[in-house]
Amino acid sequence: MKKLIAILMASLCLLTLAACAGGSSDAKGEGVMTYAEYAAAPLDSQVVVETYVQGKQSWWDNQATFYTQDKDGGYFIYNMPCTEEEFAKLTGGTKIKVTGYKSEWAGEVEITDAKFEIEDGSFIATATDVTDKLGTAELIDYQNRFVSFKGMTVEPYDESGAAFAYKNDVDKTDDLYFKVSKDGQTYNFCVEFYLTGADTEVYKAVEALNVGDVIDMEGFLYWYEGANPHITSVTPAK
Amino acid sequence: MKRIRPFLAGLLAAVSVLTLPACHGSRGLPAFEVPEAFDETKPYELTFWAKNDTNKTQTAVYTDAIAAFEKLYPNIHVNIRLYTDYGRIYNDVITNIATATTPNVCITYPDHIATYITGQNIVAPLDDLFADPRYGFGGSALKYDGPGEDGVIGKFLDECAIGGVHYAVPFMRSTEACYVNVTMLESMGYTLPDVLTWDFVWEVSDKAAEKNAEGTYSVNGQKTMIPFIYKSTDNMMIQQLAQRGAGYSTPDGDVLLFSGDAEAVLRDAAAHTATGAFSTFKISSYPGNFLNAGQCLFAVDSTAGATWMGSHAPNSDIAPDKFVEFECAVRPVPQIDPDNPAMISQGPSVCVFNKADPGEVLASWLFAQFLLTNAVQLQYAETEGYIPVTAKAQNDPAYLDYLSRAGEDDGDHYAVKIEATELLLDNIGRTFVTPVFNGSASLRDAAGQLIENTVKSVRRKETVDDAYFTRLYDDVRSLYRLDQLGGGGAGPGGEDLGPLPKTSVALLCGIGAVWVLMGAYLLAGFIRKKRTR
Repeated sequence: MKKLIAILMASLCLLTLAACAGGSSDAKGEGVMTYAEYAAAPLDSQVVVETYVQGKQSWWDNQATFYTQDKDGGYFIYNMPCTEEEFAKLTGGTKIKVTGYKSEWAGEVEITDAKFEIEDGSFIATATDVTDKLGTAELIDYQNRFVSFKGMTVEPYDESGAAFAYKNDVDKTDDLYFKVSKDGQTYNFCVEFYLTGADTEVYKAVEALNVGDVIDMEGFLYWYEGANPHITSVTPAK
Repeated sequence: MKRIRPFLAGLLAAVSVLTLPACHGSRGLPAFEVPEAFDETKPYELTFWAKNDTNKTQTAVYTDAIAAFEKLYPNIHVNIRLYTDYGRIYNDVITNIATATTPNVCITYPDHIATYITGQNIVAPLDDLFADPRYGFGGSALKYDGPGEDGVIGKFLDECAIGGVHYAVPFMRSTEACYVNVTMLESMGYTLPDVLTWDFVWEVSDKAAEKNAEGTYSVNGQKTMIPFIYKSTDNMMIQQLAQRGAGYSTPDGDVLLFSGDAEAVLRDAAAHTATGAFSTFKISSYPGNFLNAGQCLFAVDSTAGATWMGSHAPNSDIAPDKFVEFECAVRPVPQIDPDNPAMISQGPSVCVFNKADPGEVLASWLFAQFLLTNAVQLQYAETEGYIPVTAKAQNDPAYLDYLSRAGEDDGDHYAVKIEATELLLDNIGRTFVTPVFNGSASLRDAAGQLIENTVKSVRRKETVDDAYFTRLYDDVRSLYRLDQLGGGGAGPGGEDLGPLPKTSVALLCGIGAVWVLMGAYLLAGFIRKKRTR
């Protein structure tokens, strides 16, 4: 009898673990798309997703833009109406159900004209290393996800030889642009001012970059006429 | 990279400023009067809010101009703050009007000034300054060679008048142009006319949207093709209405936009969105990016965006390997009647904000007028397809030489840029502006929103029929509060906002009651003290 109970208990534990590994904790509600269904949905169609806030651009005029992700993929939510109080509640990890339209702007696939409701649940994504995906057709599969790039070399941004460029170099109230390379290929990166402004560590870190520095980075894999990651951290390469 | 998000900002700003007259009433600044003389011993610290088109050369023009001006007037120091879109300038000015911290000099649009002047004496009227014998146009005490009397092109100067008063001077002027991939057009068997018609553009665009069996577009062999992309859909609507002789608004602010003519424009846009022939900047991205990648035939954008257009465009956001080689032609925007073309006049103007010290306003005016000198005008105009706003600059031999050298290189003399400039120079008499009044900025946004919503709805397979347009008109009218416009005139100063809402009355009564209670409490204390003494 003891053996039977022990076997039953063990089976139960295994079932529980399998359920967790299979993602039942991220089970989708009724009428909600999986990431695969979202990815397969045609542009301009209505989509309903459950996702988790990972980053947010500054609230402005009762609208905000969010970098969100579930365990399977990223969803960029552009200019979603929300009050300042709601914006404050949408901290990192918050689960939201979003209903909107799948759109594409300059290659960036996003959800527009969206509305949301906060749900129970929390998830913070760890950065997926996509360094070896740079320059390949596979990179776009990681669009909008929280990703990392390792061992990248800072290249001159332009003919001036500077390591980065301000979009607004007079009063520094806009994005920073810089270029990094790996294996002879150069890529464009961005510090998005609305996400990480001039007082943030990443903004200051990019301002301190020198051509030739080798760095590791994390950020959201945004797209603008090609990959244009919005970087949230820069550290010397380990 | 971020998209410019002007329309709701404008709406919010306009709503905010509507409350200003009620708050400030007649206790604003005194009306500006030109001082007898400019005190050159008194230091002045001016703030100049400017806009550049993400074009570093333009930034350099501003900073060079400031350095040259400060050399002439060592007691004036100018601090510049740069913006990359007008919507943000507008928003920030509104915020700073409320705190009496407006800049001294500001690049802006007359539509925006119309909102600013709903506050009392916020913006300095410039007519007395224009005519001042010492500091006006051609003034004897100027330390630089200004534009002179009658030097500013009258049509452009008139665009800066609101209710008969000039509140700004023009700084640069541009119009919209249609940038055409002629190589692709001719490969389809068409010949590019001198003036495009809407019928022609729609016909060719529909054909270019056809796909072949394997799903790529026959015209370019690519998976992406948007034959016709419009950057500023507000201009698309406004220009078509003007070309049709249809109403948009009256000078007093009566809204005529929501008409059958506008619906005809929307139905055209809807029909050609359905074929895949048409999209907009807000929905798809910059027209120039698609044009340069061989994914667009007709790209409508400002002449001030000409350096981003064409196979050899000096400015670009797309990777070099995405460029295709093609002949790029510059044409006026599509027309209803090619014999009588009509196109928008647009571009930055400069206003001067009123301050308590008239000397500070005069210092601001001296700087504003300095921006009209030939050196500044030519330098800035040559950064893009802008034209100088003074006859003196337009006739400057250096400028004529610049124009004559179109195509010599892909930098300063980039052919598409100079062709875009020539387009406006040749058509100044065919340009027009819309009436300016408090709320005209919102009306402009609404005009564009009608097209954006229609295009989106078609893409989303919504039914676009009579009922749709009725609903759309109601929604857009309500979003931009256009029902509250009209009949207000264009003059400055407060307006009758009607009776206070009940909640406001209750709040004011509550505040009054608190003051009464506080007074009663103090009085009681005073009496008690007096009794105990």
